[in-house]
Amino acid sequence: MSSDVRFTDFKSDAQPTWCPGCGDFGTMNGMMKALAETGNSPDETFVVAGIGCSGKIGTYMRSYAIHGVHGRALPVGAGVKLANPDIEVMVAGGDGDGYSIGAGHFVHAVRRNVDMTYVVMDNRIYGLTKGQASPTSREDFETSTTPEGPQQPPVNPLALAFAASGTFIAQSFSTDAQRHAEIVKQAVEHDGFGFVNVFSPCVTFNDVDTYDYFRDHIVDLQDTDHDPTDYEDARSRILDPGSEYQGVLYRDEDSVPYEESHGVDADMSDIPDGAPEDAMDLVREFY
Amino acid sequence: MPADFNWAIGGEAGDGIDSTGKIFAQALSRAGRHVFTSKDFASRIRGGYTAYKVRTSVEQVQSVVDRLDVLIALTQRTIDENLDELHEGSVIIYDGERTTMQDVEIPEEMIGLDVPLKSLAEDAGGAIMRNVVALGAACAVSDFPIENLNSALEKRFGDKGAAIVENNMAAARKGRDYVRDEYDYEFGYDLECTDENYVLLNGDEAIGMGAIAGGCRFYAGYPITPATDVMEYLTGRIERYGGHVVQAEDELAAINLALGAARAGARSMTATSGPGIDLMAETFGLVATSETPLVICNVMRSGPSTGMPTKQEQGDLNAMLYGGHGEVPRFVLAPTTIAECFHKTVEAFNLAEKYQLPVYLTADLSLAVTEQTYPPEEFDMDAVEIDRGKVVDEETVGEWQDEQGRFKPHAITDDGVSPRTFPGTEGGVHMSTGLEHDELGRRTEETGMRIKQVDKRSRKVETAKEREPFEAREFGDPDAETLVISWGSNEGAMVEAMDFLKEEGIDVRFLSVPYVFPRPDLTEVIEDAEETVVVECNATGQFADLIEHDALTRVKRLNKYDGVRYKADELAERIAATLADDGGETEEATT
Ligand SMILES: Cc1ncc(C[n+]2csc(CCOP(=O)(O)OP(=O)(O)O)c2C)c(N)n1
Ligand code: SF4
Repeated sequence: MSSDVRFTDFKSDAQPTWCPGCGDFGTMNGMMKALAETGNSPDETFVVAGIGCSGKIGTYMRSYAIHGVHGRALPVGAGVKLANPDIEVMVAGGDGDGYSIGAGHFVHAVRRNVDMTYVVMDNRIYGLTKGQASPTSREDFETSTTPEGPQQPPVNPLALAFAASGTFIAQSFSTDAQRHAEIVKQAVEHDGFGFVNVFSPCVTFNDVDTYDYFRDHIVDLQDTDHDPTDYEDARSRILDPGSEYQGVLYRDEDSVPYEESHGVDADMSDIPDGAPEDAMDLVREFY
Repeated sequence: MPADFNWAIGGEAGDGIDSTGKIFAQALSRAGRHVFTSKDFASRIRGGYTAYKVRTSVEQVQSVVDRLDVLIALTQRTIDENLDELHEGSVIIYDGERTTMQDVEIPEEMIGLDVPLKSLAEDAGGAIMRNVVALGAACAVSDFPIENLNSALEKRFGDKGAAIVENNMAAARKGRDYVRDEYDYEFGYDLECTDENYVLLNGDEAIGMGAIAGGCRFYAGYPITPATDVMEYLTGRIERYGGHVVQAEDELAAINLALGAARAGARSMTATSGPGIDLMAETFGLVATSETPLVICNVMRSGPSTGMPTKQEQGDLNAMLYGGHGEVPRFVLAPTTIAECFHKTVEAFNLAEKYQLPVYLTADLSLAVTEQTYPPEEFDMDAVEIDRGKVVDEETVGEWQDEQGRFKPHAITDDGVSPRTFPGTEGGVHMSTGLEHDELGRRTEETGMRIKQVDKRSRKVETAKEREPFEAREFGDPDAETLVISWGSNEGAMVEAMDFLKEEGIDVRFLSVPYVFPRPDLTEVIEDAEETVVVECNATGQFADLIEHDALTRVKRLNKYDGVRYKADELAERIAATLADDGGETEEATT
């Protein structure tokens, strides 16, 4: 890893096509900062993105990357990491991508605890398909497909992660640049699955969960007496309805990443020219 | 036909049928005899009829026949289910002390041996060994040296300690002695032993072994019959070579995990069966467009939907050839024997990396769960070659960069194959995407580039056809008027069916095709033949459709879709009938 990496090294030359003012700009900048500050270089980083406006991030960042299919970015990220544990893996997606079509993978990625970072750009709406309700949309949020609101409670992603034995659960706000980058950085540094739900407003389709709304409602945990390593404290905050916290809600200091518990440490791209030397032993097992 | 001996044990699921059958098969194999096994099982864990059949000879055997010489029947149903295959003089071993077997009905012309399996087992140390008592009895009937059975018991129970092995050997002896002492028959069987050393394995195991030998280091899968054995084989073995198996939450995750590992540079695989490939179809498109080398193993069973999950069928050919949205090149390899499951797996990894595309490796249920003996040299590890294709490193990456030093993962090349870099390679940074892209991997909708990329991807198929020997395996008389073509597990039955046909005066030329796409051009051989019959285990003739499409001619179809594999003698009869039947285009299957 090179120490002279700057966060702009993670910027590709592609011009983002996000709407001006979209929260995803800030979310991405924070991710790039976190990567650079933790000493990673684009050559040794792999970014996996899902589908949605959020998923375009793979194009705008410069690193090894894949733009996956809708909802399935997490297993791709785990595959990359397990095949080469030396690579820094960061997965990004939207709230629809992660908590709707990809909800199953989310829960299992959390409990698998592979050492990677998952950033969800939560705008509480489907952006790329032009404004339908997402799993984090409010119960009464009117959209083209839910004229009277979804009339179902939104999912609480932090609680999902907590219930799935998450070892690092955090939330941030894309426009609070310093704090956001710092929180993502802690997720990168965490030994295990670092999950950050980012309030990343959609200025085009969501006129409820706006920058102003978040500015007015966010409570930063660093201004409270919250101790993220205290399980009970974390639980009460995570399950607190209507709260909009920023910061690390829970961190398991004893987290053992999957790679360690399963003894996965080889760079699997490195294989012999022919069958392994002792491969005839495999045949002899069948005597 | 070599003199062969056919033996089976049947009962209810949960009776230990499988492991008992396997012990006997192993005993025969250790005695230097060739073995071919087949399993008849229902989709339930307890209850339901289950049988394990063993055919053995001193010569290679590669199919089942309609004949049973010795049957160990743990239930009346075992006898009823196999009546057609039992013949005059067949021996049925049963336990008349067992309540359900007291009024057992054994046809007059057969020999029923009432052996108190349970009480003899109890005498030897526990009722649990009653199946081993039965194996001992079978040794007496077939004049098979019990030492060979002991050697298999040692292999099977060695881990559990000497006492357990001893007890089992005692149980076997009791079974043998009981038959010798109580029944004064000349059974007429003599299972000759040889000094050969064979290995006994099934298709799934051969695929797993081929994967490790072929450099596969990452496997992700979700359990499904009959593909699970591949995952079970790799678990606990692949780690020895620095690899890893992940049991994913579903097939969508499995293929995506495998895709991620492949992008990181690992030789990577997933295995599933019919419903699983449907779930993987969306990601399949991404694998193909992002030009990721991936081996997807589909062990076919009876569909559609959950169909008959424990039964034979070759019904997914169209799904593999045409499945998924849009148009993307993929290869489909279909090994035709258990040994070939090994060789084709190695080849699948090489093809996937050389051409950077998804490769379906498909076995049918019969191939996957059936065991057969081979001389170990058949799996020659020294002959395994690994070709990783156009992998570019820090020294050579410069040749594949544009003026701004950007790597071109989708460079337009004459052969359709672009360079590859693994993460960690300086100067090789790039993004892969399922969106249509330019040479750098950047999204584009520009017509010219769209056409260039589509053509580039499909050019790989032409290149492969030129470079790779996608040939059929040929058997029989090249000048015969009748041509039979088949794929998958039908090869074994067909090879043996040719002997039966010869006796009837019917000569055939037989082609077994392990490459479905790209496949050998059979137009000329079909033109040379008077009659062509395509044999397969499905209702519509999916492979026959391809042959007709290639050769622009009609062929006769022999289809079987009752969930049971072809037996050699049955296949011979049906081919003879098909040839005799001049009126109809196709022969309808018996189901
Ligand atoms: C299998 C599949 N279903 C549906 C879609 C269409 N689709 C594209 S983006 C999207 C929603 C994305 O919403 P979200 O994840 O919240 O991301 P955002 O665009 O808001 O950033 C949908 C439904 C798709 N690409 N693939
Ligand atoms: S639609 Fe919303 S989420 Fe998408 S780019 Fe525009 S502002 Fe951002």
